[in-house]
Amino acid sequence: MATAVHNSDAPAAPDAIVVRFAGDSGDGMQLTGGQFTLSTALAGNDLATFPDFPAEIRAPQGTLFGVSAFQINFGSREINTAGDAPDVLVAMNPAALKVNLKSLKPGGLIIADTGAFTKRNLQKAEYETNPLEDGSLAKYDLLAFDISARTIEAVAPFGLGNKDALRSKNMWTLGLALWMFDRDRKPIHDWLKQKFARKPEIADANIAALDAGHAYGETAEIAGPLKQVELPPVPSEPGLYRTVTGAEAISLGLVAGVQLAELPMFFGGYPITPASAILHHLARLKEFGVTTFQAEDEIAAICAAIGASWAGSLGVTSSSGPGIALKTEAMGLAIMTELPLVVVNSQRGGPSTGLPTKTEQSDLYQAVYGRNGDAPMPVVAARSPSDAFDCAIEAVRIAVKYMTPVMLLTDGYIANAAEPWKVPNPADYTPFPAKFTTEKQGPKEEGELLPYARDEHGARPWIKPGTPGLMHRIGGIEKAEGTGHIDYAPDNHQRMTDARRDKVLGVDVPDQDVCLGEPGGKLAVVGWGSTFGPIHQAVGRARAKGCDVSQIHVRHIWPLPANLGELLRGYDHVLVPEMNTGQFKTVLRDQYLIDAIPLTKTSGQPFQIAELEAAIGKFFDDIEGNEGGEVPANDQQLPSTEAD
Amino acid sequence: MNAPANIETTLKDWVTDQEVRWCPGCGDYAILKAVQRTLPELGCDPAKTVFISGIGCSSRFPYYMETYGFHTIHGRAPAVATGAKLANPELDIWLVTGDGDGLSIGGNHLMHVLRRNVNMQIMLFNNEIYGLTKGQYSPTSREGTRSPSTPLGSYDHPARPAAFALGSGARFVGRGFDVSKHLPDVLKAAHAHQGAAFIEIFQNCIVYNKDVFDDFAAPKGAEDRQLWLEDGKPMLFAGDTKGITLNRETLSLEVVDVTDGDWEAAGVIVHDVKNRSIAHMLVEMPFGPFPMALGVLYDDPHPTFETAVIEDRARASEGKQADLAKLLGSGQTWTVDGTAQDPQ
Repeated sequence: MATAVHNSDAPAAPDAIVVRFAGDSGDGMQLTGGQFTLSTALAGNDLATFPDFPAEIRAPQGTLFGVSAFQINFGSREINTAGDAPDVLVAMNPAALKVNLKSLKPGGLIIADTGAFTKRNLQKAEYETNPLEDGSLAKYDLLAFDISARTIEAVAPFGLGNKDALRSKNMWTLGLALWMFDRDRKPIHDWLKQKFARKPEIADANIAALDAGHAYGETAEIAGPLKQVELPPVPSEPGLYRTVTGAEAISLGLVAGVQLAELPMFFGGYPITPASAILHHLARLKEFGVTTFQAEDEIAAICAAIGASWAGSLGVTSSSGPGIALKTEAMGLAIMTELPLVVVNSQRGGPSTGLPTKTEQSDLYQAVYGRNGDAPMPVVAARSPSDAFDCAIEAVRIAVKYMTPVMLLTDGYIANAAEPWKVPNPADYTPFPAKFTTEKQGPKEEGELLPYARDEHGARPWIKPGTPGLMHRIGGIEKAEGTGHIDYAPDNHQRMTDARRDKVLGVDVPDQDVCLGEPGGKLAVVGWGSTFGPIHQAVGRARAKGCDVSQIHVRHIWPLPANLGELLRGYDHVLVPEMNTGQFKTVLRDQYLIDAIPLTKTSGQPFQIAELEAAIGKFFDDIEGNEGGEVPANDQQLPSTEAD
Repeated sequence: MNAPANIETTLKDWVTDQEVRWCPGCGDYAILKAVQRTLPELGCDPAKTVFISGIGCSSRFPYYMETYGFHTIHGRAPAVATGAKLANPELDIWLVTGDGDGLSIGGNHLMHVLRRNVNMQIMLFNNEIYGLTKGQYSPTSREGTRSPSTPLGSYDHPARPAAFALGSGARFVGRGFDVSKHLPDVLKAAHAHQGAAFIEIFQNCIVYNKDVFDDFAAPKGAEDRQLWLEDGKPMLFAGDTKGITLNRETLSLEVVDVTDGDWEAAGVIVHDVKNRSIAHMLVEMPFGPFPMALGVLYDDPHPTFETAVIEDRARASEGKQADLAKLLGSGQTWTVDGTAQDPQ
């Protein structure tokens, strides 16, 4: 079988570049990447990032498992992924080089700090000889010089000791990167001044390092590898933009959602990677009627949210796989008591503790099927950081309209990744104010209290404790239709089970659209969640080569869009790429009896475009350049670090 | 509790139309009556009163109270109650739990609701057995308790609810028993306390653990083994013929005889509900050599959690407007025409 072909060779004038900053976890690589992202956004390029850091807070210095990396893909065209393989690798020490080299493109540029390639560091990285000197990097462009020494020299006037001076190494490197891509330094200067407002000498030292790195690029007149690259801005809709991570977008979307519902928000959380960022963001938004509560455990976090929903707030809780598992019984309580609740699941590699800092989509079964009893619950999945904003609003809308818990799925990739976001106007969203029942609603002459009466959507009334005259009791025991009294009667349980199922199946999910391609044809690539970016790019490339392939990306995982089955039957084949062992595939087979073909990956790394392109290629042997072939298993896209 | 509502009600107003399903003769009936009798006396408003429970016999309590009620899941009532209180601090919350619900599966939540000092009354019905699941030994069962899961007798050391509460940071610890005529007084004191008020109520499970508290709670003849504590009053019992003194050498309590009512001469100490050290000794006082300490063991209010949350929200919102459009467009932004805005 022939191998798949893709155009990964860097063209003479690239329209996109992938840069990876890699260093020790104490080297400040995430900070460097974050600031480079900002300058890239300000320059008008489209971008996507992938921060990749070890689970250890401060792993032993110089070790392979202590490597922290930040990858950014940016360009003058639409960017949907953090990029398959870097064009440029910045390696701040031998361990960073060793861990990241295997993913660098052939002919790619390595920028290395010779000052950190000491005997001790080489030993820690398990190098027998210095790779910068032994010729092993011959197939790459290598730019090795003493960044450490130059940084110390640059910050010398500020009287810092060597140890403190070396902390500015990342700013020196950032300065060089800013020069390479012709970026404005002022926003970084301003940021440094603000960050170190109380220690102006540190701000000045960092600015000096940044400027020195920039000046080095400008004046060193290095022949060869180090060149300035110009990437014109992406033409996009006019308007106000900012960068946003998934965690930020979810927090903002939840705030927007409760404003549209005209409700206060109660957020119960317990620290867990990678979900904690949502708790941190919301804790700073109290002026929006947000109460955040750091509970004693995951169970208390959701139970407090349920108590708050009962009392008239919108309860929200957030966690990651293991924490969601702990919340499961309480989700059943919210389903039984029919209270609105949003449960955000930032998925990570599992099972058990699994891969806390790595991404996976393996909680889909848990979201759709994972509770005791017949316990249906709507599930919404975000495809990207900016999409998470709208998904959060949608989750709030469904929860309030149908009086039900809703699970919002995101993942470690979306939570941490940043992308440019056209700032939405809140006025463009239709409000969905929550209604509280204040009067008896039964048909009897004097009115009868029916806490489990249902409206046209199957939702029961929301009666806040404190409302005069409507005292009643709710709980986890089966409820009698209408009155909500305890009722174990067989026919009542049948009717209530049906009512809970029908209510969720009746959620007004919009029809499924086709993201790219036609509603019918040879192949549909069906995805959900954060695989959107690589699927979009891969389908786009395949279509450019003449393949009859379309992309369908599903936001509403449960209930599924009403037209999805019919839509999928319009294709000869349905391929379902997922970062799990084939969970959405099972749901599609179950619901539609179609031969959904799984394409799975559980390495803790996002799909590469090339992997997907190769998988698509297998369906198009008749098209030249698409003879199909083995799907290259490339899990080396980003450093795989040890984690616990 | 909250500011008294002074609503006029009678006992009947607090009774639901639901059939009570505890075993005939269960101590829970007496507790239910005591609560239903107490609330009208306190002038409570049924619409603002809520009963929240976990799972177990005691946790059926809310169904029988004509108030708002939430029968939640096993052990988690303190968490649900915390969320409800934060969402609406005006609610007057009574938490109902048992020795299994509150100290076994829900021990963690009970500890945290107490240390946070969320304003509510917590009634823990202690019958030293799992009733609803048909008689297994519980975390408060005495060593040697024979039960379906411990046919030869249990061997773990029992937890002591009042000591647990005080150790968790409770600012109010009270004790009573189901049929005691003083129980309403303890409930009233708990209700008057601003903050988490913990009340251990010994409750007779007549089916699985019958009369285990008879040594101090039997209807007749056990009064001498009850030490009813009153603030500012000497710790006397057995018809004022005995009292509690503090051995200042060993820092421990001792029982002393009181002759002719001269308790001062006997060295009997005066109960001070704000004395945390003595409270620790009272909750640890072993029954047998000592009487059972009942009433209000400790009552020293402290700022409540919900007050702190409200203050924090006010402080965080000071001078800020809830302008969503502004929030969305905050941080470092740019316009597509190419002009970068100044970073904010």
